[in-house]
Amino acid sequence: MGEKLSIGWFTFTCCEDSSILFVELLNDHFFEWKKKIEFKHCKMLKTKNVMGPFDVAFIEGAISNDEEANEAKKIRSLSKKVIAIGSCACSGSPSNQRNYFSPEQKARIAPLLEKFKLFGEVKRLDQVITIDGRVDGCPMDEKKFLEVLNTLLEEVKE
Amino acid sequence: MHKENFEITLENISKIEGHADLDIKVKEGLVEDVRLRITENKRFFTEAVRGKPAKAVHQIVSRICGTCSIAHLTACIETVEDIYGHEPSEQTLLLRHLLLYGLNIRDHAMHLYLFCLPDLFGKDSILDFPDDDSYEHELVHRALDVKSTGNKLSIIVGGRAVHSPFPVVGGWIKVPKKEELKALIPELKKARTDAMEFVKIFYDCQFKLDNPNNEYIALKNDDFSYLGKQLCSTEKYCIPKEQFVSHLEQKVIPYSQALGFHFSGKPYIVGALARMNLNGNSMHAQTRKDLEEYMKVFPSSNIFHNNLAQAIEIVNCIDRAIELIEKYEEKPEKPPVLLKPVKQEGIGVIEAPRGTLYYHLKVDEIGKITYANLVIPTAQNQIMIERNSGRIVQACLDQEKGKEIIQHEIEKLIRAYDPCMSCATHFLKINWKERE
Repeated sequence: MGEKLSIGWFTFTCCEDSSILFVELLNDHFFEWKKKIEFKHCKMLKTKNVMGPFDVAFIEGAISNDEEANEAKKIRSLSKKVIAIGSCACSGSPSNQRNYFSPEQKARIAPLLEKFKLFGEVKRLDQVITIDGRVDGCPMDEKKFLEVLNTLLEEVKE
Repeated sequence: MHKENFEITLENISKIEGHADLDIKVKEGLVEDVRLRITENKRFFTEAVRGKPAKAVHQIVSRICGTCSIAHLTACIETVEDIYGHEPSEQTLLLRHLLLYGLNIRDHAMHLYLFCLPDLFGKDSILDFPDDDSYEHELVHRALDVKSTGNKLSIIVGGRAVHSPFPVVGGWIKVPKKEELKALIPELKKARTDAMEFVKIFYDCQFKLDNPNNEYIALKNDDFSYLGKQLCSTEKYCIPKEQFVSHLEQKVIPYSQALGFHFSGKPYIVGALARMNLNGNSMHAQTRKDLEEYMKVFPSSNIFHNNLAQAIEIVNCIDRAIELIEKYEEKPEKPPVLLKPVKQEGIGVIEAPRGTLYYHLKVDEIGKITYANLVIPTAQNQIMIERNSGRIVQACLDQEKGKEIIQHEIEKLIRAYDPCMSCATHFLKINWKERE
């Protein structure tokens, strides 16, 4: 057995449906992945997380403010590869639904955007950092995720 | 007692759903201020559904939360059926119950076995359980098997465990195959044996924080399901679910992206502990028979018994699910075309895994949404989570425990409430004023 693939799993603005799917994939893959993957940062599974460096960071969710954008940039700087996970990260939707609000609706939410220092428009992940791959879907396409992960696991063996 | 001054900040609390921070200020050995900041960024769902056809929005609100999407979907469908004056068929109701049982098995199993169990074994993570042939290793197998069974039940009934496509306003667009459901029964029975083992583990757990004067609120029914018509309180009164919101008072918490609530002027608790305190006697007869010893602790004012209540609920969900699968006949079903709203507003209330979930929608004459108000379990528990975090810190300080232990104790407590931050922050609320 070669080196383990070191990963980080992060979420920004989203409903975390892909994270839930990831946790459900553990039902079948937990023992196999535990041998092959070093879960360096995965807030859903552990408290003592290590912030990189990562072979790959999986990022779910869209980017709504500077805090998230800066965190995404930090993750990027610590990761050989970044994979956008799920619809909000890949296309912004549905977390970006407010981008398409009417002027009246935008006026109603404006005080909250200001209060919580949120961007005027929600961004896709690739509008903030370079990504190396994507798994679309709401939640993410399970088969595509396994395909991407297995490719990464093969690469780390080489 | 420590007489020092210090502040504790827990950033991005782990092993919960979503994002939250906690700030605690201690002055001369006394907790002076506690702030639970739900930092999940708002996505404005109640604004986003305005102008959309009510009959279609269940798939939008499902995206409020990945883990309890089925709860949002079901509460929304119930609300829209109220607006259109539609009574669901017996089979639809059976499938709705089954879907919710699958959700609660999966969701409770994730919370209990992945998030809380490591605390009971002095470990950081389920990943730290040994790889040998020990009892602890066996537990991980059992945990994953129970969770997987709930997931499969939801997939068979709903088409998918997250954002299920089959349930719609009026019924089911594709009903599950009878033989497919029946084939799951042996797995459900095996999961039941495993789930019983976890009931014992959470019963033996010595974690404790008593809260004797707390009020608990939940839907009350005669089958311990997650649907019902009246809400009851441990203060010994019940109201029709339509009146729930008129008893609520919103509490704006300036540093949190979620609202808090008072019920009839007091903070309160919703969730599995509330359901068990109010309604434990209506659990499945087999569940009550096999878990009689463990159920004696209820009613309980120990918030950590929320975990035990969830562990028992998993067994009840399995018993109910097996019973419903055996009754299920797989009749062809075609959801009716609902043409015109019979009233301009509707209310739906269900028990989500984390507690009472309330939907209130208003529509125009052609059924487009003009107003949406949602009351979310975690938002309802927010004030008590904050208050009890302060109490557990004070208890630690009194026992001269170090900061690292204090932080761990706070996290354990917050996890016991099983909060879901994604759900809690969908609101549009602009009235910023300090909480009293």
